[in-house]
Amino acid sequence: MSTDTKQVTSEEKPAAKPAAKPAANLPAFENSISDKIVEKFGDKIEVEFVKENRVGIKVDKENIHDVAEFIRDGLNYDHVESVSGVDYPQDKEIEVVYHIGSYSDSSLAKQILVLATRAVREENPIPGKDATKLPTLRDIFYSVEFHEREVFEMFGVYFTGHPDNRRLLLPEDWADLPPLRKDFAIKGR
Amino acid sequence: MTAELPPGLAIQKVDERIMTLNVGPQHPGSGHMRIIVQIDGDYIVACDPDPGYVHRGEEKMAEYRNYITNIPHLERPVIHDSCNALYPYVLGVEELLGIEVPERAQYVRVICSELNRCIYTMYWLAIYGIFLGHSTMFMWPAGDRELLIDLMEKISGARVTHAHFVPGGVRNDLPPNFEEVCLRQVNYFEKRIKEYAAVFYDNPILISRTENTGVLSREDAIRLGTTGSVLRASGVDYDLRLKEPYDVYEELDVHTNVMKEGDSYARSKVPWLDMLESCNIIRQALQKMPKSGSVRVKLKPNPKGKGLDSVYKRVESGRGSLGCHIVSDGKVEPYRLKLSVGSFRNLIALPYLLKGEKLGNMPSVYWSLNYWPVEADR
Repeated sequence: MSTDTKQVTSEEKPAAKPAAKPAANLPAFENSISDKIVEKFGDKIEVEFVKENRVGIKVDKENIHDVAEFIRDGLNYDHVESVSGVDYPQDKEIEVVYHIGSYSDSSLAKQILVLATRAVREENPIPGKDATKLPTLRDIFYSVEFHEREVFEMFGVYFTGHPDNRRLLLPEDWADLPPLRKDFAIKGR
Repeated sequence: MTAELPPGLAIQKVDERIMTLNVGPQHPGSGHMRIIVQIDGDYIVACDPDPGYVHRGEEKMAEYRNYITNIPHLERPVIHDSCNALYPYVLGVEELLGIEVPERAQYVRVICSELNRCIYTMYWLAIYGIFLGHSTMFMWPAGDRELLIDLMEKISGARVTHAHFVPGGVRNDLPPNFEEVCLRQVNYFEKRIKEYAAVFYDNPILISRTENTGVLSREDAIRLGTTGSVLRASGVDYDLRLKEPYDVYEELDVHTNVMKEGDSYARSKVPWLDMLESCNIIRQALQKMPKSGSVRVKLKPNPKGKGLDSVYKRVESGRGSLGCHIVSDGKVEPYRLKLSVGSFRNLIALPYLLKGEKLGNMPSVYWSLNYWPVEADR
């Protein structure tokens, strides 16, 4: 009984799956994006990965402002979807990852450019007053405003030049470690 | 003195004409958040949204649980859109583990996701209606969404918080005879929501209250990185179901609804038009879905990623693009999980829209952002 129905369905739609596949296996367009950035900045940046619809760029904090400016003006990306911090205690670094997309350029509608940079991680953080600092991207991508405030309170990464580095989600009187760092442990776990 | 205070506690000196008003978090019109508005007479001169009252650390919790036990708590931020809330996470884990999902499961996911979009939008519409003082628009959507909740209950066993999507497919197959029941309910639902135009969307009182209030221009919508219905109401044709189709959306005929006005009225109408489109998608999916077959790939116990890896997956939820960034270090738990939610991204537009508006227009602007405070806080 079940084998009969399976045959019928496979006959009904034979072309649907294979037609979608070949385009997906070719990240040629993604390679052209990463090539443009490499051409402009050379060894200042590192291409982390080139996957389908995703290009990952790693850059140190001295150059992130210039790279972001080129991404906006030269490559037509126009907004930041998400800013996530990732804590790496063994490297003594905190990574901040920007996911940048584009609404105005329809050829980039699927693409997300993943721009990552790293800040120094302090063992005993004093948020805003220690060396864990990065230049802000708010003057380039306006949409990072609340995202960077969130990263500041959750990881203690201070964004130099951000006009409004207040707490967003945490209570004003939070006096513990920034809670998404790995050394802040949930009780009982 | 002020330099010594921690950020957020600094005292700000304002003009004597200006009054600072805390709307929320207990005020029913603000949701679970506080909006600090400064008013000059009846006009808002500045607005500072203060979310965080329902922050429960979903991202931190996810680092302590494995890829399967993360499922039920990740849908908590937005329980009536729970299938869409889980969707990017499930897609991301599938990419990390390298799983191919059976075709029937993909269709079931699309149906569940569209049903959930309608359930969420009806809830939002009810709230939007009652805060504009239109009680019929509270009663009707609150009652009509039961039709679709019943369908989801038949599929998953729960009215809300279905936890139905799992990496590898869906938890259960559809119940017997589901297609006919679903088609009947959805057709009736569509007929019902078309009637809303007469009492709500064509109502001159609603139009006079919402037209030309809180206008967001196309350029600002892009610059601020808004998403979902807010973006489409400002004339940007961007819907991830079309632009970056996931699962079987590319085999379905999906249309987006775009309005050019960018005002409160357009932002309230686009989700309603999206519901009508959802009904079309559900009907297509029911027709094209393979009539039998597996709906779930069984995973090995304690699935783990292959070394250091990261994925960023996004879907179109009821409130816009919902992204999930998972960093894996090859263990059974995610190393880091970040949710980029539409509500949080649309919140940035609120200070811009409220500036210069009358205080009485605040509810219509605020709720038109299709904003769900619990999701924004995560």
